[in-house]
Amino acid sequence: MTATATSARSDLSELGRSETALRTFLHGLPGVDQVGAEQRAAQLGTRSIKTTAKAQAIDLAIRMVDLTTLEGADTPGKVRALAAKALRPDPADPSCPHVGAVCVYPAMVPHVAEVLRGSKVHLASVATAFPSGQAPLEVKLADTRAAVEAGADEIDMVINRGAFLAGRYQEVYEEIVATKAASGDAHLKVILETGELATYDNVRRASWLAMLAGGDFIKTSTGKVPVAATLPVTLVMLEAVRDFRAATGRQVGVKPAGGIKTTKDAIKYLVMVNETVGPDWLDPDWFRFGASSLLNDLLMQRTKLTTGTYSGPDYFTLD
Amino acid sequence: MSERVAVRKTYKLFIGGKFPRSESGRSYLVQDSNVSLASRKDARDAVVAARAAVKGWAGATAYNRGQILYRIAEMLEGRREQFVALGVPADEVDAAIDRWVWYAGWSDKLPQVYGGANPVAGPYFNLSAPEPTGVVAVVAPEAPALLGLVSVIAPAIVTGNTVVVATSPSQPLPAVTLAEVLATSDLPGGVVNLLTGRITETQPTLAGHMDVNAIDLTGVTDAELAVDLEVKAAQNLKRVLRPAPADHDWFTDPGITRMTTLLETKTVWHPKGV
Repeated sequence: MTATATSARSDLSELGRSETALRTFLHGLPGVDQVGAEQRAAQLGTRSIKTTAKAQAIDLAIRMVDLTTLEGADTPGKVRALAAKALRPDPADPSCPHVGAVCVYPAMVPHVAEVLRGSKVHLASVATAFPSGQAPLEVKLADTRAAVEAGADEIDMVINRGAFLAGRYQEVYEEIVATKAASGDAHLKVILETGELATYDNVRRASWLAMLAGGDFIKTSTGKVPVAATLPVTLVMLEAVRDFRAATGRQVGVKPAGGIKTTKDAIKYLVMVNETVGPDWLDPDWFRFGASSLLNDLLMQRTKLTTGTYSGPDYFTLD
Repeated sequence: MSERVAVRKTYKLFIGGKFPRSESGRSYLVQDSNVSLASRKDARDAVVAARAAVKGWAGATAYNRGQILYRIAEMLEGRREQFVALGVPADEVDAAIDRWVWYAGWSDKLPQVYGGANPVAGPYFNLSAPEPTGVVAVVAPEAPALLGLVSVIAPAIVTGNTVVVATSPSQPLPAVTLAEVLATSDLPGGVVNLLTGRITETQPTLAGHMDVNAIDLTGVTDAELAVDLEVKAAQNLKRVLRPAPADHDWFTDPGITRMTTLLETKTVWHPKGV
């Protein structure tokens, strides 16, 4: 058993050296049963989580939120306000935990860093010509280095979907490796943009490719295309990180992003994490939600549980 | 040829312009028909739908709101027989139709009667204009089932509020049938939401809900419950309409208090030119 695992490990690290080896490996991954995956995801979504379990789930979900703003209209003032909210999501209740991270464009990183300095909230920056990833490699790497220098300790990169869909896996692999090197100590999250990958088989291949190339997290979407995170896609990615840890011993995190707006949705994801990969991943270090409006709904539900009365959007900040 | 199988009707809730069953799956039997028994969660969903509808409905022109209320009267007229068949007296149906028309007329007149220019000692125009308060939770009177219901919904929505209404628990059938009228009257979804079932179950949730701006306790007959609901409503300073006296005659001229209680007054100062 140990011998096979070790040899598998060394085999996997060799894969990136040749296009053929990568292709053979990725296309050799078992296909995803589409109907089965969708049914399983739907079934896990029907679990009823109430009272104390719900309270626990809400606090965990708040700690897992990557509070995100990625708009052309972002200003230093707006991102500073968002960072302040990340530190104290519910100013009325000191027992409310802080969120996992703040996620912004590279130009906004210095403004957020000022506010977050000394706290445990991480600072994520998108990079590599987000959201399309259609720029020369040097530009993407410069983008990444600039974000890290400005104070980001997590980098959300996008993969080159054009190259991936054209079957040039090694090009995608090498870009991830280069970005990983450029981000230094910062954690690298690899955005697969599953809405553009068309099939679950492609999602599974892209997940493995990103993990083989050294990504610390795999993330579903940029939030900039119509189809963002869905339960079945996240299920396929969770299975990939589970199988990857079994094969190599390295644990990789998962981040669904985009379209998760309600507490109910968030709890469905948490149930799926617990049932698919187990409690090892039920931690902000290994599972995150990329979201903005989700946080307010979590806070409203939290207020309902602590005070007994339903709250309204008037009592929480707009962002 | 075999005999035709009867089409039995389930009377459902009316939330956000749709007719869902209760989220709890429960129902109760009235006049040999199944009627949904609304839960606290249905009440919350109704508030979410009502809140979402506020912007569009309050932002519509008074003229447009009046047209839609008149359209409701037209549709109700067309379904006269259906209400009579449910046991609503014909004169009550007529009065309900007339009441829609009466309130439809108020839509663009109330701001003139209730707002206006204030004389001030300075070079300013000072204007007060009534604005809707927002989401109103209403308890409809136990009887008359149709006229009472119309008499509490119309004054709330004509000014641009949206409502979550607990219908008469013993006579919900005319209420759900009225919802079918509303659904075909160009009234945007979510402006009127109807919850059938027990008032004691849904009202405490609505009275304490921080996203509800006013409560209308007209149909609450239990004095103790009314006090409890008013106390809950005080939490976020909701506007309150107190329970109607037991002998209230719904056929008389309603007056404008029901409309004006559910309004906020906005006053603006504007400098006069030289």
